[in-house]
Amino acid sequence: MSSALFFAQLLNGFQLGVLLFLLSAGLTLVLGIMNCINLTHGSLYMLGAYVAAAVYGQSGSFVLAGLAALLASSAAGLAIERIVLRRLYSRDHLYQVLGTFGLILFINEAVRIVWGSSPLFIGVPDALAGTISLFGLPYPAYRFAIIACGLAVAVGLYLVIHRTRIGMLIRAGASDAEMVSSLGVDIALVNAAVFGAGAALAGLAGLMAAPILSVQPGMGEPILILTLVVIVTGGIGSIRGAFYGALIVGMVDTLGRALLPGLMRELVERSLAQAAGPALASMLIYLLMAAVLAVRPQGLFPVKHA
Amino acid sequence: MPIVQGDASAAPVRTPAARLVAACLVVGLLALVPVYASLGAQPSYLTLFSRIMIYGLAALGLNLVLGWGAMVSFGHSLYIGIGAYAVGMLSAHGIDNGFAHLGVGLAAGLAASLLIGLICLRTGGIAFIMITLAFAQMAYFLAVGLKNYGGDDGLPIAGRSTFGPLDLDNNLVLYYLIFAVLIATLYAFHRLVHSRFGMVLRGSKSNPRRMAALGFATLPYQLAAYVVSALVCVLAGMLLANLTSFASPAYMQWSVSGELIAMIVLGGLGSLLGPVVGAAVWLLLEEVLSSARLGLPWGLDDMLHDHWMLLLGAIVVLVTLGLKQGLYGWLLEPRK
Repeated sequence: MSSALFFAQLLNGFQLGVLLFLLSAGLTLVLGIMNCINLTHGSLYMLGAYVAAAVYGQSGSFVLAGLAALLASSAAGLAIERIVLRRLYSRDHLYQVLGTFGLILFINEAVRIVWGSSPLFIGVPDALAGTISLFGLPYPAYRFAIIACGLAVAVGLYLVIHRTRIGMLIRAGASDAEMVSSLGVDIALVNAAVFGAGAALAGLAGLMAAPILSVQPGMGEPILILTLVVIVTGGIGSIRGAFYGALIVGMVDTLGRALLPGLMRELVERSLAQAAGPALASMLIYLLMAAVLAVRPQGLFPVKHA
Repeated sequence: MPIVQGDASAAPVRTPAARLVAACLVVGLLALVPVYASLGAQPSYLTLFSRIMIYGLAALGLNLVLGWGAMVSFGHSLYIGIGAYAVGMLSAHGIDNGFAHLGVGLAAGLAASLLIGLICLRTGGIAFIMITLAFAQMAYFLAVGLKNYGGDDGLPIAGRSTFGPLDLDNNLVLYYLIFAVLIATLYAFHRLVHSRFGMVLRGSKSNPRRMAALGFATLPYQLAAYVVSALVCVLAGMLLANLTSFASPAYMQWSVSGELIAMIVLGGLGSLLGPVVGAAVWLLLEEVLSSARLGLPWGLDDMLHDHWMLLLGAIVVLVTLGLKQGLYGWLLEPRK
């Protein structure tokens, strides 16, 4: 593999990582602060993608599509929190898994009713349709935009959580919700705000993924599982962990798929390599996660509570 | 951490007699399905209830760790897959001896569950849920990558396992074999959860620190429970492969693990028979919702036919929110 191609794959891995970060950031807070497993996060991503595709198809304006996607996913997230999850916070994880599993079935089918079973495709917005030359290597501008947007969100999240009052409340709620609430803070409101913001980020990820992936029912589940891998690998409840975890998972997955089959061909017999290479590449991130958890059950960057 | 439901001693029981009657009713009904299927000339019921009992068996196995041990495994579909592929791969090489299938399947399941259990039990809570899911996903992608054994498309199995004089090609014989395995497992589990082993397991669920203080090393007990529960799922997988004459990566999909959990919670964690009842309710709901003609107006019938998953999802959510002991526990609950 030439170094230019390798570099392109590196960027692809980075781009997947950034996308995963958008999804993990919200989910890791819900997991860490409310101690609640929310499997519908992938469905919110799917909703974002669908609404973006529908509005973009109607209006032709990517900005409008983006606004609609963010609004729709955060509204859906808030509704899910209000109607279902709030009643499950105090119950065992088992019921959270089951309740949100039911919601996934429901939302997937609802999407099928509204938009049909066949995938939707939307184009990249004209302004970002070209390529950017990077050290003489053409790379799609839209993927660059994803990376830039994700990094901007990461910086913004860092500032909000470490430099603002609401961020302080979120951190405080994560370490001792009861104490914060007895100091007169409406912790339910903080929780809802975190949930809504996380849902909006999931919608943003859906919006950005829509032009490069096909938009179809059930598109949320594979990415949900990747997101869970990121969160557990990085350390539950930690934004920093979600960031590094997302980049690691994105890189390992992309580079594994690109390099492993070739590498296997050099090491083992051709027929075996052809059979085992792609399978091993798909398994790589799960191997990574199992290895991390076996050695450090808290994840790579656990939250340090005082 | 909230206190988990599912401890038999805490589950509200009307009387032991009511429990016994309910259990006999469930078992009796299952035993009589073939009679009804032949009388009513509904041979498809035989397959449907064979599937119900197989998933009931798998859910029963999972319930040993999930309900009695409070280890929420989100990856037990892995063991269904091991069982199914043990039958499928051996058959693909022309070995259709059932005892060989059984030996290889259980040995593979034992090795896998010992290794995976040892790694997974280092973690707890959410991490345990996720790491069990990770191992099931690995196995899923491994099966997809096994191009020589069907890969993504799955592996058709030419003939059913042969067990000496037992003719499994006869659907009725297969039905009663599954029935016998289910009853035997139920009885074994009944003995198991009421034995010293079961007490330690339940104790390490409700208060691991006290168990440690009492001098019990809980890990071996939890590992043993994990292995036993995995082996029951391997058995279920082998029966499933025999029933469908097919081994497929789809058996190992994460949604199968989710469905097993749904069946258990639907039926009720606090009882031995709950998972079996839950499996029956789940699969019957699927069957009824996807094929029933209720004669609803305004095209709602077609809508339900095409989009029954919508209703199934809603029912799951409502059951999660509403019933804390599951359907079976709710039926047996004393009314005030």
